[in-house]
Amino acid sequence: MSIVIDNQTPVLVQGFTGRIGSFHAEEMIEYGTNVVGGVTPGRGGTTHLDRPVFDTVKDAMDATGAEASIVFVPPPFAADALMEAADAGLRTAVCVTDGIPAQDMMTVKRYMRRYKAERRMQLIGPNCAGVISPGKALLGIMPGHIYKEGEVGIIGRSGTLGYEAASQLKAAGIGVSTSIGIGGDPINGSSFKDHLAAFEQDPDTKVVVMIGEIGGPQEAEAAAYAKEHMYKPVVGYIAGLTAPKGRTMGHAGAIVSSAGESAAEKVEILKECGVRVVERPSEFAETVGKVIDRKA
Amino acid sequence: MDIHEYQAKSLLAEFGVPIPVGGLAYSPEQATYRATEIGGGAWVVKAQVHTGGRGKAGGIRVCQSEQEVWEAADDMLGTRLVTNQTGERGRGIFRLYIEQTVDIAREIYLGFVLDRTTERIMLVASGAGGMEIEQIAEEDPDSLIRVVIEPAVGLQAFQAREVAFALGLDASVVSEASNLLMAAYRAFRDLDATMLEINPLVVTGDGRMLALDAKMTFDDNALFKHQKVSELRDKSQEDPREMRANDRGLSYVGLDGDIGCIINGAGLAMATMDMIKHSGGEPANFLDIGGGASPERVAKAFNLVRSDENVRAILVNIFAGINRCDWVAEGVVKALHELDIQMPVVVRLSGTNVEEGRRILAESDVDVITADTLAEAAEKAVNAVTKENAA
Repeated sequence: MSIVIDNQTPVLVQGFTGRIGSFHAEEMIEYGTNVVGGVTPGRGGTTHLDRPVFDTVKDAMDATGAEASIVFVPPPFAADALMEAADAGLRTAVCVTDGIPAQDMMTVKRYMRRYKAERRMQLIGPNCAGVISPGKALLGIMPGHIYKEGEVGIIGRSGTLGYEAASQLKAAGIGVSTSIGIGGDPINGSSFKDHLAAFEQDPDTKVVVMIGEIGGPQEAEAAAYAKEHMYKPVVGYIAGLTAPKGRTMGHAGAIVSSAGESAAEKVEILKECGVRVVERPSEFAETVGKVIDRKA
Repeated sequence: MDIHEYQAKSLLAEFGVPIPVGGLAYSPEQATYRATEIGGGAWVVKAQVHTGGRGKAGGIRVCQSEQEVWEAADDMLGTRLVTNQTGERGRGIFRLYIEQTVDIAREIYLGFVLDRTTERIMLVASGAGGMEIEQIAEEDPDSLIRVVIEPAVGLQAFQAREVAFALGLDASVVSEASNLLMAAYRAFRDLDATMLEINPLVVTGDGRMLALDAKMTFDDNALFKHQKVSELRDKSQEDPREMRANDRGLSYVGLDGDIGCIINGAGLAMATMDMIKHSGGEPANFLDIGGGASPERVAKAFNLVRSDENVRAILVNIFAGINRCDWVAEGVVKALHELDIQMPVVVRLSGTNVEEGRRILAESDVDVITADTLAEAAEKAVNAVTKENAA
C-alpha cells in the first residue's frame, strides 16, 4: 500500500495541453500513472497524448471516473481551477503552480469548507513537487529514478531537498513508501499533520521523515500531533538555520515573522515532542537508518 | 513588496482612512514650500525609507520654523538612515514627507496580517500604541486584541465596534473608529496586502482619529492584479544585487559570509547554507536558480554571486529533477570561460543526467573542485576559503 495514490488511481491533468502540463503528463504516464485525460477549457473533444481533453472537470469525471488531478494552471487562474476540482468532487488535487496570491488561497480553503468532510477534496500544494509512490505511481514532478521502493514515508515542503533526502536514503539501501511535497506557500492545502495521520494508518510505512523549514506554525503542530497520536517514529529536519529574520528565502512562506518560526526554535519544539532530529542535511540516511535499526 | 509611508497613507485615504495633511519633498526648498502650503507653526519632517524604527534613528524631526524644516531636509536628504532593522548599510533617503504636527491625546496600535494558523486575515490592536508590535507582545501582551476575519463576508461592523470599545475609546469616537477599521480592512483585502500597520493610530486633542504612520507590504504574487500598486515600487530602497537577481527571475538574498552559493530549489538552498555553517563556514548568499536552468542562467548566477566582493569561493549544488546536470555543467564551463573568476569553484551535481554532467566538467579545461555529496561539497568549499584566506 501507499498513501494518496497507487497505480490504479485514475488521474486528470488540469492545464493538460500547456507546455509544462504536457511535459509532466508524459513523465507521469511513463512512470505508470493511470492518466485518464485532461482538462483545458475550450479544447474539449480533442485528444492530447492519446487521451481525451475536456472543457470542465465535471465532464472529465463523468466520462473517465477520475479521482485525482494534478494542476499546472498558471497562477492567475489556478485558484479557480482548484475550486472547480473541489466542486466536481475529486478526492485529491495536487497543485504544482508556484506564485498563487495568498488571498486567493485563503478563498480556496474557505470554499472547500462548503463540503462535508467525507466529500471534501484533499488539496496538496500549491507550489509543491506532488506525490510519488515509488514503483506504483507519480502524481507530481519528481524524478522517479531517485526513489527506491520501501517503507519510509516522506513529507516535505521543498522539492529538491526532498530529492536530496530520498537519494541519500536510496544510496543507503533505504526505500520510500510515498513521498509528498506540501509546498512552500504560506497558505497551503494539506499540512504535515494531515499526512502524518495517513502514514500512521498505512501498513507499508514504518518511519516518517518530515522535512520542514522556517516560517509558519505547521511543523510545531505536526510535532505535537506525533507526540500525542503516533506510534510510528518520526524523523524531522528544519532548513534555514542561517536564514535572517524577516527575509523571504525563496518560498513565499519561508520567512520568520513571529516567535517560534526560526529553525532553531522549531528544532527545539521537535525535540521536545520526541521527534528524532536530523542535525545536518547530509545525515538523513544515517538518522533514519538508526531509527529503523532500533525498531528491528 | 514594501511601499513608503506617504504612499500607504494615500492608498488608505482612498479607502476612507483619515490622515494628516502632508506633502512630498525631494529637496530642502520643496520641503520648505510644502511647510508653507500646509500652514500652521510646526511640522514633522519624515524620511521616506522602507524600514521601521525611523524615529529612534533620527529619521523623523519635529520643526518649529520653516528654517528648521529646510535644515532638517538638507541634513537628511542624500544620506543613509541606519535603524535597528536595516543592517549597517541602512537605506538611502531620497524623499521626505512633510506633515502638520498633530495634538495627540491617545496612541493606538492597529495592524492587519495574514495569519497562517487560522489561514485568515487577522486584525491586531492594542491601546499601547507607538511601540513596535514585538515590544507590545513582550511587555504588554494582555493589551493585544485579536479578531479573525471570516473571508466570505469580511470584517463586520460589530467586530470593529467591539475592538473600539475594547480599546477603551470614548463613545464619541467609536463610530469614527469602527469606520476607520473597516476602511483599513478593505484596503488590505482589495489590494492583496500581506501586512498593514497603522502605528500609531491617534485620537487627537479635539477628538478626531488619524493614521499618524502607516506601513503596507503587498503580496508579490498578486501584483499582477494591481498595476497602481506595482507602480509604487521604489528600487532605490532595494539591495542592488537582490534587485538585479529578482528582475532576472532568480531568487537572491545577500548575507554576510564569504561562500557564494548557486543552488536549485529554496529548501535545498537553505539546507546547503546550513551545511556550510555546520562545516565551519559562512554562506554569502541564498540563491535559488529555479527549475529548468539553462547554461545561460547558470552563467548569470555566477556573475551575480561573484559581484559580492566578500565572496572567496563559490559552491554550486544542483539536484536535477526538471533540471539537467549536463546543462548545469555546460553553464559552469561557460561561466568560467567568459567571466574572470579568480577563486575556487566547488561543484556538486546529482540527479538527472549526472554522469553526462560530470563528464563535461572532467573533459573541460576549467579548474573546478568536484564533490559527490552535500557534506563533501560544503567541506571542500570551507577548506578552499580557509586556504584562500591563508594565502
